[in-house]
Amino acid sequence: MKIHEYQAKKLFARYGIPVPEGEPAFTVAEVGPIAERLIEKTKIPVVVVKAQIHAGGRGKGGGVKVAKGGAKEATELAQKILGMQLVTKQTGPAGQKVGRLYIEQGLDIDRELYLAMLVDREARRVAIIASPAGGMDIEEVAEKEPEKLLTVHIDPLIGLGAWQARKIAAFLGLTSNKETLKQFVAALGAMYKCFVAEDCSMLEVNPFVVTKQGTVAALDGKVTFDDNASFKHKAAWAEMFDPSEEDPIELEAKNVGISYVSLDGTIGCMVNGAGLAMATMDIIQEFGASPANFLDVGGGATQEQVTQAFQIILKSPNVKGIFVNIFGGIMRCDVVAQGIVAASKTLGLSVPLVVRLEGTNVDQGRKILDESGLKIQSATSMGDGAQKIVAAIRG
Amino acid sequence: MSILIDNNTRVVFQGITGDSGSLHARACLAYGTKIVAGVTPGRGGQKFEDKVPVYDSVEEAVKQEGAEVSCIFVPPVGAADAICEAADAGCRLVVCITDGVPVLDMVRVRRYLEGKNTKLIGPNCPGIITPGDGPGSTGGCKIGIMPGHIHKKGPIGVLSKSGTLTYEAVGQLSALGIGQSTCIGIGGDPVAGLDFIDCLEMFNADPQTEGLIVIGEIGGNAEQKAAEWIKAHMKKPVAAFIAGRTAPPGKRMGHAGAIIAGGKGTAAEKIAAFEAAGVKVAPTPADMGSTLKSLLK
Repeated sequence: MKIHEYQAKKLFARYGIPVPEGEPAFTVAEVGPIAERLIEKTKIPVVVVKAQIHAGGRGKGGGVKVAKGGAKEATELAQKILGMQLVTKQTGPAGQKVGRLYIEQGLDIDRELYLAMLVDREARRVAIIASPAGGMDIEEVAEKEPEKLLTVHIDPLIGLGAWQARKIAAFLGLTSNKETLKQFVAALGAMYKCFVAEDCSMLEVNPFVVTKQGTVAALDGKVTFDDNASFKHKAAWAEMFDPSEEDPIELEAKNVGISYVSLDGTIGCMVNGAGLAMATMDIIQEFGASPANFLDVGGGATQEQVTQAFQIILKSPNVKGIFVNIFGGIMRCDVVAQGIVAASKTLGLSVPLVVRLEGTNVDQGRKILDESGLKIQSATSMGDGAQKIVAAIRG
Repeated sequence: MSILIDNNTRVVFQGITGDSGSLHARACLAYGTKIVAGVTPGRGGQKFEDKVPVYDSVEEAVKQEGAEVSCIFVPPVGAADAICEAADAGCRLVVCITDGVPVLDMVRVRRYLEGKNTKLIGPNCPGIITPGDGPGSTGGCKIGIMPGHIHKKGPIGVLSKSGTLTYEAVGQLSALGIGQSTCIGIGGDPVAGLDFIDCLEMFNADPQTEGLIVIGEIGGNAEQKAAEWIKAHMKKPVAAFIAGRTAPPGKRMGHAGAIIAGGKGTAAEKIAAFEAAGVKVAPTPADMGSTLKSLLK
C-alpha cells in the first residue's frame, strides 16, 4: 500500500526524521490561511504548493509550484493544481486527478541528495541506497553513473550501525560540517527505525536536502507498506488509505479476497493461483488475443467467490469472452463448476465462455457443466482452451 | 532416491488442529506421509485423527517422536516464530505453507537460520513431494497442499515459484508417461528459504533425477542467477517456463515478489538468460512437458 507525501512526512516527524513545516489542504479555501501560518511560523516568505498523488514525477508534470507572493499566490496556484488531471511518467497518459494538496515552507537549499531504503531480495536484508545526485531520476543515475550510488545492507539483529551511517555520510560528502554530520547520522537512524516499525517495503526520500544553514531535511517522502503486514497496522493504515488512488474494480476484488489487475485486452480470465493466472494471460497472447485482466480466485475459493469473480470480470466493458482455467488442488472442480453454473444463470452471461477444469474431482465438475444446459465450451487442456476462446471472440 | 524427503521421512505438522492444517494433514496421511506428530500450543496430549500425538512444542515432538521435518500451517502472525521454533528444535527441513508472512519477519528469520543446519522451503508455497509407486503415486512423501494423485514416480525434478503452475507441469509430465523424482514449490515471496540454485545443486547430485523443469516468474533476478549456475554446473537437461510475459510493469501479480520494478525482472530478460545457458524454454505454458520430453534421449 502506498501513502501520500504529507502522510509520509507526518510519520517521519514522529520518528524524528527532520521535515519542513507543512500542512495538507483538501480545498482551495484552506490554502491561504495555511500559507499565512507557515510564513508566520518560519519567517520564510516562500511556500511550496504540492499536488498529492501517489505517482512520482509530480514536479515535471506541473504538480509542484513555488509561491513567493505569500498567501495570495499560494491560493492562485492551488486553484490551478487542485482538481487537475496530473500526468507524470508514472501515471500513464490518463493521469491522476489531484484531490489533495500539501503546503510546505520553502527552504534555502544547498545540496540535494538521494536516500532510499528497501528490502533487497538478493541479500535478504534491508538495504540503504544513497546518492549525491538527488532530485534526479534515480533509475537514470543507476544506469548512466552507477559510481554515484552506494548500497549498504543492514543486519536485522543489530540494526543500522552508526559507522554505516558515517560511511554513507562520507560518500555523500557530509563530513566537513560536524553539525550536519551529526544531524544526518541521527536522521538515518530514525529512518531505519521507521522502516522496520512501520513495516515498509520501500521508503524513498528524493531529494533529501542540506540547507545553506547546514541543517538536513526530507524534502520529499515516498512510502510503500508491505501489504502482508497489514494485520499489525490495521487502524493506522486504514486511516491513510486513499481509495481515489486505486482502480475501483481492483479495490472491489480485494475486498472479497480476489487478486485482480485490470489489463487492456478483451478476454476475461478466471484462474486459481498467481503463476497459472500469469501463464494463462501469456498463452492467450500467444494465440493472438489479449487478456482483459489478471485474476487469481485463490486456493480455497467458494462457490460464492467464483460468482463474485465473474461479476468482477464482467465490470470491464471490454470483455468479449471469458476463459476459466482451473487446476484444482485444494480447490475442487465440482465446487468451481457449481459456481460457474450459478454465476452464468444469475448474471445472464451473454459472452462466450470456455472452461478448462483439471485436478481434484474433475469428472464431477465436467459433468455438472455438461448437464447445466448452458452454452459452455469445455477444453481438455490450457492450450486447447486458449485457442477456443480466441476463436470464439473472433466468431 | 529423491531429494530432501522420501517415504521414511518423519514429519511434524505445526498448526495441525487448525482448519487448513487438519485438512492437509489428513490428505498427507492418506498419501502415505509419515506424520509422526502435530504441534498446537495448549493442545498437548490430544490425538489428531485418533492416531497422531499432538504436542505443545516442536521440541517435544522431536524428542518424543523423532520428527525431522516440519510442515507449517500457522497463520501469518505466528509463522516466523513457528519457523524459528522448528529450527531451534533441530528440524533439518522446514516447509512453511503460510501465505502472507510480512517480509521483514522473513528477513529476521533468514538471519536467524544463518549457521544452522535447517533448510527452509517457502513461505507461501505448495510444499514438496516425492511421489511413491502406489496408485495415484501414493506411498511417497507429500509435505504440502499439492494434489497427490496427479503425480507419478519417475526421473524428472520439478522446481517452481508457483503452486498451480507446478501442478500444470506435473500434470503434463504424467500425461506423457514421464514421472517425477521430487517436486518443490519454493514460493513467490521476495524473501524466502531455498532458492533455485540451492535446489538445482541437490537435483544435480541426485542419481534418480535425469532432467528438470524449472518454472520462474517475473520479478527479481533469481532466474538469471539460476541460469548462470546451470551454465556452469548442470549436468542434466533443463526445460523452463517463465510466467508473466504479458504482465504490465509496476503491478504486483498476486505473489508479493511478482512485480516488474524499474524495468527489471521482465520475462524477456529471464528467458534470454535461460536460453543463453542452454536451457530450452517452453514457448507456452501448455508445452512444459513436451519441451522437457524433447530433451530426453
